[in-house]
Amino acid sequence: MELLNVYQNNYLIVFVFLCLGVLLPVVALYLGKLLRPHKPSEAKLTTYESGVEPFHDSRVQFNVRYYIFALMFVIFDVETVFLYPWAVAYDKLGVFALIEMLIFVFLLLLGLVYAWKKKVLRWI
Amino acid sequence: MIQEMLQSSPGWFNFIFFFIFGLVLLLVVLGFVTYSILAERKVMGYIQLRHGPNQLGGRFGLLQTVADVLKLLLKEDIIPKMADRPMFILAPVIAFAPSFMVLATIPFTDRFQFADLGVGLLYYVAVSGLTVFGILLGGWASNNKYSLLGGARATAQMISYEIPLVMSVLGVILLSGSLNLNDIVHAQKHGWFILLQPIGFIVFLIASTAELSRTPFDLPESESELVAGYHTEYTGFRWAFFMLAEYVYLFAMTALITILFFGGWMAPFGFLDFIPGAVWFSLKFCVILFLYLWFRSTFPRMRADKLMEFAWKILMPVALANIMLTAIIKSLFF
Repeated sequence: MELLNVYQNNYLIVFVFLCLGVLLPVVALYLGKLLRPHKPSEAKLTTYESGVEPFHDSRVQFNVRYYIFALMFVIFDVETVFLYPWAVAYDKLGVFALIEMLIFVFLLLLGLVYAWKKKVLRWI
Repeated sequence: MIQEMLQSSPGWFNFIFFFIFGLVLLLVVLGFVTYSILAERKVMGYIQLRHGPNQLGGRFGLLQTVADVLKLLLKEDIIPKMADRPMFILAPVIAFAPSFMVLATIPFTDRFQFADLGVGLLYYVAVSGLTVFGILLGGWASNNKYSLLGGARATAQMISYEIPLVMSVLGVILLSGSLNLNDIVHAQKHGWFILLQPIGFIVFLIASTAELSRTPFDLPESESELVAGYHTEYTGFRWAFFMLAEYVYLFAMTALITILFFGGWMAPFGFLDFIPGAVWFSLKFCVILFLYLWFRSTFPRMRADKLMEFAWKILMPVALANIMLTAIIKSLFF
């Protein structure tokens, strides 16, 4: 029972930290509101574009590579999700799991080499 | 007393109790941020053969950053007409909150720790990844071309370097057999992990510099091309929260390196045990912090294309090789 309490209290602390992390910006911005001036004008509220009059919507098309890198990230991040429990339980799993993990990593490395050869990793 | 508190069943009283302690830590961290900015400016100043701030608050400019913070508090808050208002307001909060949350699990000394989580290291990695959302959201909500590109660039950089970062700590996890940060420190009783994991340490150090987007990897806010990147449209205290998140992460990352590779609060040799753990921790902490400041004034900024290729073509294969090498060495010799 005590262990369960310790466990729950630890996550209560995490929740407290989340509350503090959200409260600080809220409180600081509210305090700032009482102190700072507020004189909006048309010129102040325009979007900054190095002094040029801003034209058309700013959500422009950008390089597709950002998306491809995000996909690559998902693949290898999932790989690390599998590697973490394996590393923790390595003492119990032994050599058999090591060989299995080597095969798994090798397969993913093949994917990386393929992406490399396809010039996906090149940033232009 | 704290032990009793942890063992009692959780309720409102516990919440308030932890809240007060958390608030104290928050104030300490804010103090750290204030003075680490000053330290950064001073160190960079002396490296570049100038004095840095030396007017306000005595010879060492001790009140310079305090004045800067007060000035930021008095700045007018401008939200551009074209911006997506709710998202624009939300973004700095999302960027800042995780940076403080990660501190919950860091053991500063053997007694001074908030949440002793079984999955401490995984918690750190997972929560610190959330800041990317705040940055991307801030860049998108500003409705500014520089912000959008800066946000996209920051996201691409952070997710690319996250992979070598999480992979390089796997060697440490393999050797200590636990994700709990206390266990990792105790596993270093007979030798710091920097000695057993030199490759892992170097990869971690490089990847963490990129995660903190500090020079030489400060492309998200490279002022010569993107004005200020994702926070171009932010003013006053909203901007300050992006900066604050960056420096709180610097604090957290330095503490994490101390714990993972330098034995946390433990003395380097057994006979030095009489010096309290807090002293050892802060000594190691300061040395690593200085290393980050030194980086900033020494290295030129990297080019965007080199940056991404470096993460995927060099750091990641090296980190993977390090994991397999560690696993093989461990099954042969330990």
